[in-house]
Amino acid sequence: MAEDLKRVIIDYIKKEYLDEDSDEEITEDTKLISGGIVDSFSMVSLKMFLEKKFHIKIPDEKATPEAFDSVNNILTLVKEFVQS
Amino acid sequence: MSNVGSYEERYKGFSWKSAAEELGYGTGGVFNIGYYCSDRICERGRGGSLALLWEGFSGEVKKFTFDDLRRFSNRFANMLEQNGLQAGDRICLFMDRIPELYIGFLGVLKMGGIVQPLFSAFGEDALSMRLADAGTKAVLTTRKHLPKVRRIRAALPSLTTVIIVDAGGRTLENGEVAFSMAEAQGLDSYRVHPAAPEMPSVLHYTSGTTGKPKGALHVHSSIVAQYLTTKWVLDVTPDDVYWCTADPGWVTGTSYGIIGPWASGITQVVLDAGFSARNWYDFIQRYKVTVWYSAPTAIRLLMKEGLEVVKHFDLSSLRHLASVGEPLNAEAVIWSEKAFGKPFHDTFWQTETGCIVITNFPGMKIKPGSMGKPFPGIEATVVHPKTGDPVERKGVVGLIALKPGWPAMFRSYWNNAQTYEGKFRNGWYICGDRASVDNEGYYWFVGRDDDVINTAGHLVGPFEIESALLEHSAVAESAAVGKPDPINMEVVKAFVALKPGYSSSDDLTMDIMNFIRKKLSPLAMPQEIEYVPSLPKTRSGKIMRRLLRAKEWGEEIGDTSTLEND
Repeated sequence: MAEDLKRVIIDYIKKEYLDEDSDEEITEDTKLISGGIVDSFSMVSLKMFLEKKFHIKIPDEKATPEAFDSVNNILTLVKEFVQS
Repeated sequence: MSNVGSYEERYKGFSWKSAAEELGYGTGGVFNIGYYCSDRICERGRGGSLALLWEGFSGEVKKFTFDDLRRFSNRFANMLEQNGLQAGDRICLFMDRIPELYIGFLGVLKMGGIVQPLFSAFGEDALSMRLADAGTKAVLTTRKHLPKVRRIRAALPSLTTVIIVDAGGRTLENGEVAFSMAEAQGLDSYRVHPAAPEMPSVLHYTSGTTGKPKGALHVHSSIVAQYLTTKWVLDVTPDDVYWCTADPGWVTGTSYGIIGPWASGITQVVLDAGFSARNWYDFIQRYKVTVWYSAPTAIRLLMKEGLEVVKHFDLSSLRHLASVGEPLNAEAVIWSEKAFGKPFHDTFWQTETGCIVITNFPGMKIKPGSMGKPFPGIEATVVHPKTGDPVERKGVVGLIALKPGWPAMFRSYWNNAQTYEGKFRNGWYICGDRASVDNEGYYWFVGRDDDVINTAGHLVGPFEIESALLEHSAVAESAAVGKPDPINMEVVKAFVALKPGYSSSDDLTMDIMNFIRKKLSPLAMPQEIEYVPSLPKTRSGKIMRRLLRAKEWGEEIGDTSTLEND
């Protein structure tokens, strides 16, 4: 289950935030915000994607750069709301 | 005692000539910025001093002395010449905040090129528009951004050369050149281009309400003002460790992220990583940053993280704090006193002014929320929007206006003299910002006088966004306005009327957002999209953005007599 979620998030990030001709790889530990792949402005559309995909609502105060800084961090955040 | 000392005394006795003398500008007939930021510091016996300490997001650290700057910028200049580039050519730097960006900047200037830094998050359309307008001859970039350059290249006949600074043996296409600063030896001797003081140096693009972005053209003598404002406003001394958080894709990142600090011979530190409060505090702690120049958006993000996290770090090295990009709210000034024991000093300027023009000086009484007072040598006022005459009464809002003549002022918009001339009225340069002046001479920012959106300190043109929106298959018409945001001051909101056959949905919203982000930049991406059946227009068919903006800001709508009847 967790692996499926990871794959969905990684695929989305690769599709939307990496150049189509990029040779960069994304893993669950890749730094997204501090690594300059996703910036604070783009977090809005990523948050929207997560909310829609997983039928959750992430409060704005939880959508911090740290929470979005890797696929693993995102997964932790998503799970918090999927379970509650 | 601060460098500026008594503001009143400085203002009274000021002349730009004496400022140039203080820098030693023109000694031996040399006027090139590249020389003043590297060779000159070495000639003064500081070649071994640390000029740049760079840290990447993964923790990698690189250090460069002033002698390294001198030799590697020589090498850059030489490499550009060997690739057929000449003085006067527009040479774009399109890369993240890596050392090659900072040193390459000096290299372009040393060979007489006009350096055109562009924000590396720009999408293809934003990049293409700016390169086409400038007739750019060469782009220096990295593998990461090369695909974007490749896709637009066919439409840019002037672009003869693309230089990749980290090609690493990859297959290159026609007109592409690999250059590795790490592998190249520094070049000890290079004849710096004999630039005249009025020779063009830097071309920064900025957005307006209408039309395409405009290239504000600066000249080599701008360094006189950038040097002195760094000294008096940012209060740097030779022993400081200075951190400017701005990206050199924007004017703050070059005027005060390259020219000002290096002309002053100080050490600057650069963190090439996205924002994180803990990482920033840790960075200050580890490198004992003393002077910190940042932006209100960043300060508000730090505020959001709270005071508790500050206590985990030793930030006692901080001596002076300043801020730029958008008005610094009083709460942020008060918060920084609680968090760091020092206030952030707001500074006001813009791409066109090239240097700080109105500011809170070290040692001067700060009125939280105020922009401060004009820099010595800057004659400022507020003028009536209709007549263009100075507003005599204190506290009355007008347009900020500056008397032309300071060295860092832009000399023109590239290929757009008409728009340049339109910025002046009655002998004043009109900044496009509204403010009032109180009875002690402090300026108080009120807002922009046009539809330009100031998001996180960056100006975004609504016309550019609307034009891009129209390229989306679902969009019939659109309007982009700024809406209030607690962190970024404003963010882009788009009002969209859809074409027949399309209906609004979250998927469509995400698609449009990402469409704009990729075409233009994350800054231009609407943070909200509101679907409307049609947009309010004048009888002549012009979309009334101000109505939509007023609604977002909860302001009076004003005169609607020209509104088209439904």
